[in-house]
Amino acid sequence: MFDWKWDFTWEILPRLVYATGNTLIAAGAGYVIAVVLGLMLALAQRTPSRGLTFTVREFVEFIRSTPLILQIFFVFYVGPQFGVRLSPWMSGMIAIGLHYACYLSEVYRGGIESVPKGQWEAAIALNMTTAQKYRRVIIPQAIPPALAGMGNYLVGIFKDTPMLSVIGVAELIHTANAIGSENYRFLEPYTMVGIIFLAISLPAAGLIRLFEGYVRRKLGL
Amino acid sequence: MLDKTGFPLEMTGEDTPMVSFRKVRKSYGALTVLDDLDLDISAGEMVSIIGPSGSGKTTVLRMLMTLERINGGVIYVDGKPLTHMPKGGQLVPANQRHLRSRRADIGMCFQHFNLFPHLTALENCMEGPVQVLGLSKAEARDRSEELLEMVGMISKKDQHPSRLSGGQQQRVAIARALAMRPKVMLFDEVTSALDPEVIGEVTNVIRQLVSEHNLTMLMVTHQMGFARDISDRVCFFYGGRIEEQGPPAELFGNPQRERTQQFLSAVREAV
Repeated sequence: MFDWKWDFTWEILPRLVYATGNTLIAAGAGYVIAVVLGLMLALAQRTPSRGLTFTVREFVEFIRSTPLILQIFFVFYVGPQFGVRLSPWMSGMIAIGLHYACYLSEVYRGGIESVPKGQWEAAIALNMTTAQKYRRVIIPQAIPPALAGMGNYLVGIFKDTPMLSVIGVAELIHTANAIGSENYRFLEPYTMVGIIFLAISLPAAGLIRLFEGYVRRKLGL
Repeated sequence: MLDKTGFPLEMTGEDTPMVSFRKVRKSYGALTVLDDLDLDISAGEMVSIIGPSGSGKTTVLRMLMTLERINGGVIYVDGKPLTHMPKGGQLVPANQRHLRSRRADIGMCFQHFNLFPHLTALENCMEGPVQVLGLSKAEARDRSEELLEMVGMISKKDQHPSRLSGGQQQRVAIARALAMRPKVMLFDEVTSALDPEVIGEVTNVIRQLVSEHNLTMLMVTHQMGFARDISDRVCFFYGGRIEEQGPPAELFGNPQRERTQQFLSAVREAV
């Protein structure tokens, strides 16, 4: 029953390594979108405009309350009906980036709210503009407490990239499926995919913790 | 020229006070914190505000720093309205732009220092001059180092606030505020969060400011001895009003009002 074939494993390894590259690119690009857009969503909820705050908050709630896979399908299959025709890669990046941006915006929000009121007042006493307040005083102090959450979502986005297989992005799961159905063997490709995910996720979590400590020391916190 | 509510659009003349509160009102819901406050402070004057907690002392400073909006009246700084701006011959509540242009005259030190923890002592002092005043880094550094020297913190200029004691942090905070070259300095209970043995290092810096600089200063304090020593005038606040004010020797030596007498004797008993 358990007949692991090493020669088959070695044979499929190059394709899996190539797919690992795709997975990392998908996770990385999605994360960059999420980090930047998430900050914008967090800041948009702090403007004096109540309408904007309300709209953004409801949007974030909506995205967080619906499955990622639905959002991926929506961008890829429903987008064209509105004249937005994107490649699987583009659709995937946008959907996953947007999804995680909403989660990250909550992480940023927590970070921003953790900055003591006195820091805002000191920034006013120095006559800073709103932009200077955020850029020079608030965000540098909001990031360290947000780093743990940001790191969790980096690993999260990495583990969610298999969702992109449903629209044909050739990441790890998609490739393992293809190998499996071509050879009628699923044990080796799926096992290898599991090992690859583990081999990347575990050290990444450790590195993030080290980075968090480094940033805190660097900022003298 | 007066606006229709009777407030001048601008105060002119030789004896224009540096700071002028005119019928200033502040309330939080049903609670009135300041009740039609009138207070003038001349250029170069050192005024201390004393009084029981909840009497509105700190609120005076917070409104002058524009940390909070007022509910009525007008505050003038150097003759020009701070909380309001002239528009079509009337005073209307100030917008952000007006606040930024007028706020530059005022600097403030806080009870809990509020230094930026991610910046060193020197960077804390340079931040405002570089970012807000647009000075070059070299100019800002010279100015900041000079001030850190004055407050006796030059040897710690590359330390982050977390490595400094409370007294040291407060001295850096004073240098940071002075680096903006304000006309008016506000001190909000700057020694209240300090251990008793380091209070002197902060009060000495303020003493030095009083004797060597022609700054207008407004200080809220619980240290009666210090207020008596260095103030030109002391205001006793009670229930959102100035109950009594005068030169320190008179107010402390011969208080006229019953509430002032009660407060001062209560404070003396505590010591």
